[in-house]
Amino acid sequence: MEAQISTEGEVQDLLPSLKKLIADIESGEGDKAQEGFDELTRIRESQLFSEMGAMTRQLHDALRSFEVDANLADVAETQIPDAKERLNYVITKTEEAAHRTLNAMDEAAPLVKSLGSTAVDMKARWLRLKRKEMDAGEFRFLLDGLLVYLDQVEGDCGQVNEYLTEVVMAQDFQDLTGQVVRRVIQLVQEVEENLVGMIRVRGGAQAAAATAASDKSLEAEGPQINSDGGADVVSDQDDVDDLLSSLGF
Amino acid sequence: MKILVVDDFSTMRRIIKNLLRDLGFNNTSEADDGSTALPMLQNGDFDFLVTDWNMPIMQGIDLLKAVRADERLASMPVLLVTAEAKKTQIVEAAQAGVNGYIVKPFTAQTLKEKLEKIFERLEGAA
Repeated sequence: MEAQISTEGEVQDLLPSLKKLIADIESGEGDKAQEGFDELTRIRESQLFSEMGAMTRQLHDALRSFEVDANLADVAETQIPDAKERLNYVITKTEEAAHRTLNAMDEAAPLVKSLGSTAVDMKARWLRLKRKEMDAGEFRFLLDGLLVYLDQVEGDCGQVNEYLTEVVMAQDFQDLTGQVVRRVIQLVQEVEENLVGMIRVRGGAQAAAATAASDKSLEAEGPQINSDGGADVVSDQDDVDDLLSSLGF
Repeated sequence: MKILVVDDFSTMRRIIKNLLRDLGFNNTSEADDGSTALPMLQNGDFDFLVTDWNMPIMQGIDLLKAVRADERLASMPVLLVTAEAKKTQIVEAAQAGVNGYIVKPFTAQTLKEKLEKIFERLEGAA
């Protein structure tokens, strides 16, 4: 593009220099005429530079806008499907946890109920004994029954305790899904910033810097949402133990 | 034995404390990330550290490194309990001097085994 003397004001700026140049040439002042030429060139150069400045700004904005678009494309193509997968993982995990808890309750409830009802029966028989309403045969039967009952209490309490531990362990979903949901929230925030940035660029204002988070190789990643997360991911505790023992653990 | 349990999720801290109690460890305290845990370790008389990896402000791996770098804490046994499951991460933890590594989700049995193994090694070394 050729720099042009575009406004009335710029022409007026040139006028005194031109008049002086013509006067110098007419009066044969060679040195002064040379200076006049240089002056005119300088004025023209400065106009050229300001044009270049404007073009640079346009290019910069265009590139920035392109960058924002590229970020959005990445979000649409990879991150949104990934976020959907993550949210599905949350549904699966919470569902599993609810079933684990309810199953443990279903198993524990009849044991507790049976212990309670046997205790009611034993108590009634002991009260009969206290009131001396019991013969020797019935008393021996009561003693045998008591031993059976104590065995039942011992065994069932152990089992109920295991079910309670199962209920406790089922709550680990909150940590695992919490980490995953945090990542999805982070993505939503990035999308929001990208969209705001794009609107600013389109509006001609200076674009907000929308820099994507840099991927550090050993940044914490949270739970693997697929059991087959790739060659670099261990699939269970046995894999961890194997790896550690290969390192001399 | 006094144990510090560090995890940013209060549910996971409760789970681990609950399991430790079942195993007979009743003296436990909690911290929600490395930056709150480190001063507790430095000012307290803890014997054992159980920590998560992925936490805000100061991550578990950095807490482990800080513990190993602190003269008075350097020999404290550290067990990582984390969802981080990349081999490079496990190797990094091993190189940083971790005593045990458990991936979430884990079972009560796994925690018991790893604790026993760590104590066995410590007794063997002593």
